[in-house]
Amino acid sequence: MKIVILGNGIAGITAARHIRKMSDHEIVVVSDESDYFFSRTALMYIYMGHLRFKDTQPYEPWFWEKNRIQRLRARVERVDFQEKKLHSTTGETITYDKLLLAVGSKSNKFGWPGQDLEGVHGLYHLQDLEAMERHTPGLERAVVVGGGLIGVEMAEMFHSRGIEVAFLVREPDFWSIVLPPEESRMVSRHLRAHHIDLRLQTELKEIMPDTSGKKCAAVVTNTGETIGCGFVGLTVGVSPNIGFLKNTELETQRGILVNEFLETNIPDVFAAGDCAELRQPSPGRRAIEAVWYTGRMMGETAAHNIVGESRPQFYNPGIWFNSAKFFDIEYQVYGDVQAKLPDEQATLYWEHPDGYKSIRLNYDKSSRRVVGFNLMGVRYRHEVCDKWLRTHAHIEEVLQHLGLANFDPEFYPQHEAELVRLYNRQTGRDLQLKQRRGLEAVLAFLK
Amino acid sequence: MKDTSLSVATPNPSLTSGKQKLALAVAGLGVLLLLIAWASGHAFSPLLLLLTSLGLMSAGVWLFVREEYLRRPEGIKNNGVWFKSLSARGVWGWLAAIVLTGFYTVLYFFPEGWLGGLTQVFDPLSRGLRKMPADKWFVYGSLYTFSILALGVKFIYKYRHNRYQLLRTVSVMFFQLGFAYLIPAFLQLMQQPEYYFTYFWPLKDYYGSPSAVRYYGSATSISVYFIVFSALMTFVATPVLTYFFGKRWYCSWVCGCGGLAETAGDPFRHLSDKSLRAWRIERWMIHSVLVAVVLLTGLLWLNSWQKGGVLGSFSQTYSTVYGYLIGMAFSGVVGVGFYPLMGSRVWCRFGCPMAAILGIFQKKKSKFRITTNGGQCISCGNCSTYCEMGIDVRHYAQRGQDVVRASCVGCGICAAVCPRGVLRLEGASADVGQRTQATRTVHIKLEDVKIL
Repeated sequence: MKIVILGNGIAGITAARHIRKMSDHEIVVVSDESDYFFSRTALMYIYMGHLRFKDTQPYEPWFWEKNRIQRLRARVERVDFQEKKLHSTTGETITYDKLLLAVGSKSNKFGWPGQDLEGVHGLYHLQDLEAMERHTPGLERAVVVGGGLIGVEMAEMFHSRGIEVAFLVREPDFWSIVLPPEESRMVSRHLRAHHIDLRLQTELKEIMPDTSGKKCAAVVTNTGETIGCGFVGLTVGVSPNIGFLKNTELETQRGILVNEFLETNIPDVFAAGDCAELRQPSPGRRAIEAVWYTGRMMGETAAHNIVGESRPQFYNPGIWFNSAKFFDIEYQVYGDVQAKLPDEQATLYWEHPDGYKSIRLNYDKSSRRVVGFNLMGVRYRHEVCDKWLRTHAHIEEVLQHLGLANFDPEFYPQHEAELVRLYNRQTGRDLQLKQRRGLEAVLAFLK
Repeated sequence: MKDTSLSVATPNPSLTSGKQKLALAVAGLGVLLLLIAWASGHAFSPLLLLLTSLGLMSAGVWLFVREEYLRRPEGIKNNGVWFKSLSARGVWGWLAAIVLTGFYTVLYFFPEGWLGGLTQVFDPLSRGLRKMPADKWFVYGSLYTFSILALGVKFIYKYRHNRYQLLRTVSVMFFQLGFAYLIPAFLQLMQQPEYYFTYFWPLKDYYGSPSAVRYYGSATSISVYFIVFSALMTFVATPVLTYFFGKRWYCSWVCGCGGLAETAGDPFRHLSDKSLRAWRIERWMIHSVLVAVVLLTGLLWLNSWQKGGVLGSFSQTYSTVYGYLIGMAFSGVVGVGFYPLMGSRVWCRFGCPMAAILGIFQKKKSKFRITTNGGQCISCGNCSTYCEMGIDVRHYAQRGQDVVRASCVGCGICAAVCPRGVLRLEGASADVGQRTQATRTVHIKLEDVKIL
């Protein structure tokens, strides 16, 4: 059987690896973006000089030959689902028996005047990074539009090269549609400490060209202000990169519609990663989740179902988790932590006096089961939090053993006792922290 | 594949501020004074020259790093590492490698007189510390200790947010200054034989030889205890401490070679080769050196027992060759000289027999491991890149597998640079028997996926 995977990002490559582990089928990975799989999330570190491009590639070149995963550099412009053929822009045809669509996302543009000028880019593809590099010489100020995960990365990238950054954020604080208010304010504060010109509640109206009419020279905001700049970063989210699949028999909405086995409406065609839209997402989860981790999990699930030798595997992403880093502040989330606390939930929020570390536990008011953890500048153990959330552990049980979750380096101060005291103050209880940080106890707990 | 950064903007970091230029000038003047004394072969007013030179270099480094690191919020400071000539094998990197290699070649293989001017500069210090004239080894020890202290301070500023890094660096500075510099000097002052309490057999192969046992056994009333201490460290402390803490108790907290690598060598840590090929070469080389040193010590004892009857002068010749090739050329010239080309741990990774033994214990019988945090790895490559030992940490992290590698010196930088909080150095006895198995994988779905 010949399996063709369109896209060599985390979803496509994870699928390829797992297909190879399970079978001897022919595997061809097609990509227009790069010869080798690289970590998309690491693009920023190349620009900042922390890594070279090759350092972002998790597997050495020999890996692909050894595992008989063929790589083909081509841009597919049309899929003939009847004939099971892909047609590339250079006129090549690639046949398949089974096809995995893992074509990722593209950066959003919302129809702003001037959005297609030179020097206006998102940050998703390797080619976006190359564009940033091209526009960097002589660049004095960049404007980044959109206060989310990619926006803050772009701000940090330019900042690392000594380029002024004006950061336009529509919300009242950084990423406040996702982060609870305290965490959101913390990041805003931190951005300003790094001298980022953070403009909250400010939206892009228009991008103005220079005298040549081709390149961006300034942006106009909804507050009527004009900010001169040689680069505009549009980081207002991404959407599935499925333009070339529209108007085919493949069923799509925002993304490629898939069932719980990641099958599309067409036999032998699967979709995974950013481009897949679940017809029935599990409760509390979105139909499209364009993050690294879900891409990886989908790739693995798709591999099972493509090989199809065991019973079909449900796509089960488990408890939600995510992480990021906002300049120097690390962020981790496990479970259900919403920007606006739902009425049925209570929150326990502790913040370090220096203002750059916090721990939040959300729990259900009536059952007192823990529903989510939100960490800023503190590391918590995924497996421990996951087990508590899965088993609906009681908040007081969790608090007394909270040290189990601490994943900070050795000698770092442990703040779990402060959370217990805070809880006691809020509820009039008299709990004690029974368990401090340490692997021995963790292994016993996870057994 | 082209081994370059993607950058087309040649972001030459011309961000150096006025204060930093001043600091560079001050430090440069200090270095220049030493060079002039060396070149002229004659030190005018040595004490004044020494104090001025060390003072200028310290002040320069201190001023520079304060400006470099205190101006910004605390955090990881790797911006531009692959753009800078010095740290990315550019002109300055090669030049530094050539100068360092040259210096070590002169030090080890040229007559004492070649360093005459420098020796004169350090003479007052030598007389003050141990009532003896300086020789080239005293000069070397002093400069070595100075580098660890001055650049240790730099490292502390750089990682001031990280308490593990802070304590570890204070520790290597302390052991170098006290145990590898002041105490040996003090022993000489007290008419005792020179002895280093931080170097053991087989790294210091001499301490395991019959001539060392004879010498220390009879030199003075207390020197016999040095040999007892040395044997205890090699045969008792090494396995016990490694069981509890991993090889880091020595390699990144105590050892002088490690001390220099962690401080002066820090700007070069990312230059170590991470390829599978390099790992294969490493395992062959380091274990060959271990075999060679065991053989060496065995031959010397055999020869001593047979009073030269069987082997004649062979063991002595073998010892001399080992000394030249491994002790001098490899650990000295290449070990430090190649910092700017192959990273800061060339000797520790490919050569050190002590590291080989510690590594075997660490792999087979130790609580120590680097744990990875569930499914949070994004495969970015920071951990692997900044591993000075060339371990592909990401390979384990992205599989959610504990890292148990013989070569890991426990510096903790992988955990520090990880942008997603995925790595932690820790220990437990619970699963000590099976932890090296490749299938000990906490998987992405955490519960319901069978491990493939």
